[in-house]
Amino acid sequence: MLKVEVVTPEKRVWSGEAKMVLARTLEGDLGILSDHAPLLGVLADGTVSIKAADGSVNDFVINGGFISVSKNRVSILGEAEAVKN
Amino acid sequence: MGAQLRIYRRRMRSVKATKKITKAMELISASRIVKAQQKVAASSPYANELTRAVSAVASLSSTNHPLTTASANPKRAAVLIITADRGMAGAYSNAAIKEGDQLVTLLQSRGLEVNSYLVGRKGINFYKFRNRKITASWSGFSDNPTYSHAKEVSDSLIAAFIADAQTDLNGVDELHIIYTEFKSMITQTPEAKRMLPLEVVESVTTAGLLPMYEFEPNAGEVLNALLPRYIQARVFNAMLQSAASEHAARRRAMKSATDNADDLIKSLTRLANAARQAEITQEISEIVGGADALASASAGSE
Repeated sequence: MLKVEVVTPEKRVWSGEAKMVLARTLEGDLGILSDHAPLLGVLADGTVSIKAADGSVNDFVINGGFISVSKNRVSILGEAEAVKN
Repeated sequence: MGAQLRIYRRRMRSVKATKKITKAMELISASRIVKAQQKVAASSPYANELTRAVSAVASLSSTNHPLTTASANPKRAAVLIITADRGMAGAYSNAAIKEGDQLVTLLQSRGLEVNSYLVGRKGINFYKFRNRKITASWSGFSDNPTYSHAKEVSDSLIAAFIADAQTDLNGVDELHIIYTEFKSMITQTPEAKRMLPLEVVESVTTAGLLPMYEFEPNAGEVLNALLPRYIQARVFNAMLQSAASEHAARRRAMKSATDNADDLIKSLTRLANAARQAEITQEISEIVGGADALASASAGSE
């Protein structure tokens, strides 16, 4: 299980447990499962989708941001996010 | 009613009206402090993650970034002072401006020119009145700043930092910020911090060892994208803390104004009572005197 947080400068948008996180970095699409190697990536504009532990899928539109992964903690930092379930 | 009494009553009415206003402002500020504090708290997860990431990149890679390297021969510095848009907040704005003056003196003694960047109408007016040069200023959001405001301010600061200070008059080699730190409901202190060039060794945030990160696309690129956002987050945090401090300072100032009004009303009530009593005493003695004179006049005629 991954502990995922989606944060913007103004608030924490989403946090919870997830099975998988799909994001697009500048190099291309990236899927993160548990026990992923520590990673710091620059996100391209686009959608980050989080498959939550209860099976629901949460999509977030990110305009410029970062993803950081370490020890099964995933943080997605965006400047402005819009939820699109 | 005697003239003296009427004057006291009139002054009491005006003080009571003022007290109502200051009391209302006190209550409004008190409720806004809580909101401002919540905003500071809400912005901290983002700021913490960003700080972790910046220290990870900076300590794990040997990339040299213009934002982290100090100029060997600094020529000019930028000072950003965050003040309030409105008054009625005691010494809040003046304390920040004074702290700024001290910093400017210090920088000038190091032989640097200083460019002033101001946030808040109070600071702008202070500088304009004294004919000091303002490089750039922003106002209208001091009590409720949003991230886009912070972005606007920090983008122009970063642009000034990246410009070459030796050739460009707006270019700077150092970037300092002065804001009012919200320590508690009763303590807020103006703080001067150097933002750029970064002092990256921030051991407070690194709980334990940092993992060996992989970077996508590469460390330099990540740092390029991280640093401007890190500055924006720092400026945003400074603005939010200043906003909370502003409300706290205003609440305190309005509380003491209300207390003063109470004292004033109390002493005016005493004076009015004394004036009324004196009036009654005088009337009685006039009546008694008149009756006495009548009595002795009629006694003499018989």
